[in-house]
Amino acid sequence: MATQEQCQVLDHKQVGPRYFKLTLKSHYISTNGEPGQFVNVRVDNGTEPLLRRPISLHRINKEHQTFELLYEVVGEGTTLLTKATIGSKVDVLGPLGSGFKLDPAKKIAILVGGGMGIAPLAALAEKLKTLGGRAVYALAGARDKSCLVCEDELASLANQSVVATDDGSQGRKGYVSDLLIDLLNNTVTQIHYPETAIYACGPKGMLKAVAEIAGQKKIACQLSLEEKMACGIGACLGCSVMTINGYKTVCKDGPVFDAKEISW
Amino acid sequence: MQRRPGLRREGDIVVELAGLKLKNPVLVASGTFGYGKEFADYLDLNKLGGLITKSVSLKAKEGNPPPRIVETPSGMINSIGLQNEGLEAFIKNAIPFLAKLEIPVIVNIAGDTIEEYAELAKQLGKEKTVKGLEVNISCPNVKKGGMAFGIDPTATKEVISAVRKATTLPIIAKLSPNVTDITLTAKAAENAGANAISLINTVVGMAIDIETRRSRIGRPTGGLSGPAIRPIAVRMVYEASKAVKIPVIGIGGIMTGSDAIEFFIAGASAVEVGTANFVDTAAPLRILKEINDYLAKHEIGDHHELIGTFKE
Repeated sequence: MATQEQCQVLDHKQVGPRYFKLTLKSHYISTNGEPGQFVNVRVDNGTEPLLRRPISLHRINKEHQTFELLYEVVGEGTTLLTKATIGSKVDVLGPLGSGFKLDPAKKIAILVGGGMGIAPLAALAEKLKTLGGRAVYALAGARDKSCLVCEDELASLANQSVVATDDGSQGRKGYVSDLLIDLLNNTVTQIHYPETAIYACGPKGMLKAVAEIAGQKKIACQLSLEEKMACGIGACLGCSVMTINGYKTVCKDGPVFDAKEISW
Repeated sequence: MQRRPGLRREGDIVVELAGLKLKNPVLVASGTFGYGKEFADYLDLNKLGGLITKSVSLKAKEGNPPPRIVETPSGMINSIGLQNEGLEAFIKNAIPFLAKLEIPVIVNIAGDTIEEYAELAKQLGKEKTVKGLEVNISCPNVKKGGMAFGIDPTATKEVISAVRKATTLPIIAKLSPNVTDITLTAKAAENAGANAISLINTVVGMAIDIETRRSRIGRPTGGLSGPAIRPIAVRMVYEASKAVKIPVIGIGGIMTGSDAIEFFIAGASAVEVGTANFVDTAAPLRILKEINDYLAKHEIGDHHELIGTFKE
């Protein structure tokens, strides 16, 4: 179940060169939203741009009945969204899609975020922390230092966290998938694999690399996918991705899929 | 009887359309509303004038490769490719939900061949829930069938005649805008026994990524919808409604009540709301309210008084 609601803007601030954090009030979305789910945001009431913008839930605060969206300004839609002022209302449809599934038998969680893919992992890390009894490792990757966002936030929620950048301007030089290989060779070793789950979100190439590593080592792995979207509720079939069971919608069947399901 | 303005109640407008009695002239367009269930959380489906399902084909269709959608100025291009589970699965999975609705359910059918259209009509005629058929002869996103039947008046006549022979259900022919003269296919559909025509389906369009020089969707071309195509749709409704005696249903970028009124004046007896459903889940009922507000404001008793009243 989801709702289309005018949510009040409680806070809206720039948190990086192209990154913004939007805090919205909604009893329904904060109560029902789960990590990995998203909302479809109408950035303007006109017809330009026409479609809503899907943005993942970055933080969910049930107590204060709020949720946060962390987004990157990439085009005219997100540029318009930056103009939402504190106290104004934003038309939000959500919470949508199928989020991360938590298996109590998996005592070790490895969170892998590439670029903006880090955004939904904060909500997941927070939930894992609340549940307790798990070791949470957070791996964050970005092109360069300026593209790293909320890695501190993720670090504070995880037991251990590591950062990599493609150019080495912060953390280790390399890809986030290299960090995963390191972790699986040195820290979370083979004996732990059966009780480990990997949760990844980021660009397609990164997700594919993570899926391959998880597949080779037979570690449970869930991926959050992204695709151009219209309705967000499984009606238009515009955001379909190919799986071993045929086309599935990112908006309703996903955005989180079992890595084994995806046909690359 | 002339109704007095100000006494208008919700659902007051009754539309006789192709032998169907609709409680208002706002329907939802095929392909933008799933099989109804997808929107049940967001609006009271029983307040719609009617529900037109996503296209059903005889056999399951996998659909087109992604990306299937690209946003364009005041519109979007889609290349879904009629993805659906096929007739048998539709009857098993979608009909039970649709059977509970109190409004007319019209099933949109799409075939690769004339025989498939006829078979779909025959099979769906046996379903009590199905109150009418909208014949999709205008989808631009499939290799076989689809638009091929809707751009040639002879082919239009053949398909609609075959469907007419196969069922006693009301038939709405959904026409393609990708023609030079819409009156030819409109008349062909009428002569073949269609009870109404609906138009327009999407306009063939293209969007190119200038870095890769590839299409921004999975195929070179797709179907453009949304407010961007509304002026084309209004013009074609105007032309077609003058050419035929059967009712015309207007479709094309309707986002507000004012947009719908424009279609009525051009000659439409009813409208279908399409792409707006992706933007605002309550769009059809908001549009209905806005139509009623306009009628009340202008002291017009019924939207029928507007139909085809365009002043040359």
